[in-house]
Amino acid sequence: MDVMNNKILDRLKTKFADIISDATEFRGELTVVLPKERIVEVCRFLKEDDELRFNLLADLCGIDMYTPTRRFGIIYNLYSFTNKFRVRLKTFTEADHPKVPTVTGIWGTANWHERETFDMFGIIFEGHPDLRRMYMPDEFEYYPLRKDFPLMGIRGSLELPKK
Amino acid sequence: MGLESWMGDGYIATKIEDVLNWCRKNSLYPSPMGISCCAIEMMAAAGPRFDIARFGSEVMRFTPRQCDVMIVAGTTTFKMAKVVRKIYDQMPEPKWVIAMGACTSSGGMYRTYSVVQGIDQFLPVDVYVAGCPPRPDNLLHALMLLQEKVQRGESKGMAPAFIGDFHGSRGSNSVSK
Amino acid sequence: MMETKPEQSSRKSRILEALENEHVSISFDDPLENEMVLNMGPQHPSTHGVLRLLIKLDGETVLASVPELGYLHRGYEKLAENCSFHEFIPHTDRLDYLSPLSNNTAYVLAVEKLIGIEAPPRAQYIRTLISELARISSHLMFFGSVAMDIGALTVWMWSFREREKLYDLFERIAGARFTTSYTRIGGVAQDIAPETLWSIRNFIDELPGKVRECENLLNTNRIFLERVDGIGIITKERALDLGLTGPSLRACGIEHDLRRANPYLIYKDLDFAVPTYEGGDCLARYYVRMAEIQESIKIVRQVLEKIPAGEVKAGQPKQVLPKKERVYKKMEELIHDFMLINFGVNPPVGEIYHAVEAPKGELGFYIYSNGEGQPWRLKIRSPSFVNLQSISTMMKGAMISDVVAIIASLDPIMGEADK
Repeated sequence: MDVMNNKILDRLKTKFADIISDATEFRGELTVVLPKERIVEVCRFLKEDDELRFNLLADLCGIDMYTPTRRFGIIYNLYSFTNKFRVRLKTFTEADHPKVPTVTGIWGTANWHERETFDMFGIIFEGHPDLRRMYMPDEFEYYPLRKDFPLMGIRGSLELPKK
Repeated sequence: MGLESWMGDGYIATKIEDVLNWCRKNSLYPSPMGISCCAIEMMAAAGPRFDIARFGSEVMRFTPRQCDVMIVAGTTTFKMAKVVRKIYDQMPEPKWVIAMGACTSSGGMYRTYSVVQGIDQFLPVDVYVAGCPPRPDNLLHALMLLQEKVQRGESKGMAPAFIGDFHGSRGSNSVSK
Repeated sequence: MMETKPEQSSRKSRILEALENEHVSISFDDPLENEMVLNMGPQHPSTHGVLRLLIKLDGETVLASVPELGYLHRGYEKLAENCSFHEFIPHTDRLDYLSPLSNNTAYVLAVEKLIGIEAPPRAQYIRTLISELARISSHLMFFGSVAMDIGALTVWMWSFREREKLYDLFERIAGARFTTSYTRIGGVAQDIAPETLWSIRNFIDELPGKVRECENLLNTNRIFLERVDGIGIITKERALDLGLTGPSLRACGIEHDLRRANPYLIYKDLDFAVPTYEGGDCLARYYVRMAEIQESIKIVRQVLEKIPAGEVKAGQPKQVLPKKERVYKKMEELIHDFMLINFGVNPPVGEIYHAVEAPKGELGFYIYSNGEGQPWRLKIRSPSFVNLQSISTMMKGAMISDVVAIIASLDPIMGEADK
């Protein structure tokens, strides 16, 4: 494993060794899988730790694994300006009533990213100040990026003005 | 009147109509509905190299009340379609529509849930321009075809013209009659 | 307070609610007590694309604002799940459509990281060259549109004249003036002829003079300076918190450039500075981008001197599309071409995130692959989407006519903000 990745993993294990379910490295990038209840603590630790200082949330996205359990994943790509290094956190949630605590208290940029993930997947972020749809109109009833939504869309889901 | 009985019915009215149409075609003010990438090529058509002002489109007025032709440039989504229709409804008659690019003609390369597959589903289109994005020369050719239509007095989507037709298959390519 | 009508559609009331809920900490002793919600709708001469802004005004001063996106949402991420990796390259052109070559490069770099191959040296030099030319093109458009939004139409005409010369160059490099789709997985589509390199050198030699002409009209112009100096200020901490990247972050005093921090392509061998300005206002953002044009010119000159001879596509037949003339004559290449077009590049199972310094900020691609020829999930981290989040912070307390200058200085592109 890479030197920096080892360092991050060691620092995480000092406080959160029991909850890290999986830590893999692929193409030099470390991915850590965590339970969703503790994700806010871990993010705050990673941001405020003196050695690590992951102060930019580069990206927050959802992913639909289309498995019977743990269907939706939420992926946090973090970047540190001081160390110039990246790490990825992943957490999973169930298919019916997917709910994850929000990280807008830690990084203000998560606000719009979480709104977009809600719009595309239907994952509700608890504690989000303003959770409404981002791209699709508010009255749209489906969640487009789920694997069971067809690419062409569902007829009648969006209105068109009359000719 | 004696003059009309000598020259035939409606002679003066049609001549005035011709003159009016000639005035209209040489001063088409476009309303640029620039939505995405085609908007950049439309701006290039208004730029110094491909000058659209020499065809009479001296200014691109963004207020629809002062425009004759609406150039829809860019992918139209369902959310944007309502806005485009609203702007179109505010334009005074006579008005024409140029559908610029593949996305407005038929949905283009986006066969997805949120893209309208062609603006002719909610607007009457007069000229379709192919290309992704069409070169500014293409847009100028579309404007010239539209000018022929205006001279003939057609509007509201009658007999739409397509860029890319072979010469001669849809009438002449001359600009002035 | 304007009464909101009982709305039929829930969309309007929810977004107005969001506007109402914005924390307003500015007080005025205006006797008129007149607050108004202005809709700066998707069709507007200066919203840089289809951005809708709902602005709460007290007279002429902006109290709060809420941007609404989604008018150009074309479903890229869902499309990517149905396209092979090669088929998605033309779609990346249309993301930041002022610098399509830069997006092409960013995407194929991400896919190559996933697959684990590297392009040959000449291809890397060519990719650096086109990325910097795309950056020059995007910044030329920036200062043209900043000037036009403020009212100086001449500068826009002049910058478009230079951009037309760039389009001619792109046509000679890639075959199309605008949506180029020039890079390929494993290299670039075709080689650049030496005559084209000479033309690029001539263009680069003339460009500083032309840019100086435009700057002479703006930099000491009192009207321009009064309209951008001190307008749209954002503090360093707020900028970091909101995830601002690119020239807008460098205008707040934070020196962060992915070409320096995590070098990709050949940037670690090149000598260039990272212009940074304090202030965080529109003028600083303007200065940063003008300085970046000069740095890009420096980079292009170095690339033109150092470019090596060689192949432009990696020799990996299982992942890289072979040359068309060999496909028609040799059996192996025919089979590989068939497999790659039909079944796609089959990368290993895994996920990567790769970001480059696009002209607008950090453009990142997160790809999760499950071993098939199409990505299972492709997320585009577009800089304009994240930069637009800071618009409400920048506009608080500004006048209504400054709104236009602020949006222009942030330089958003809705094609990538809406994906």
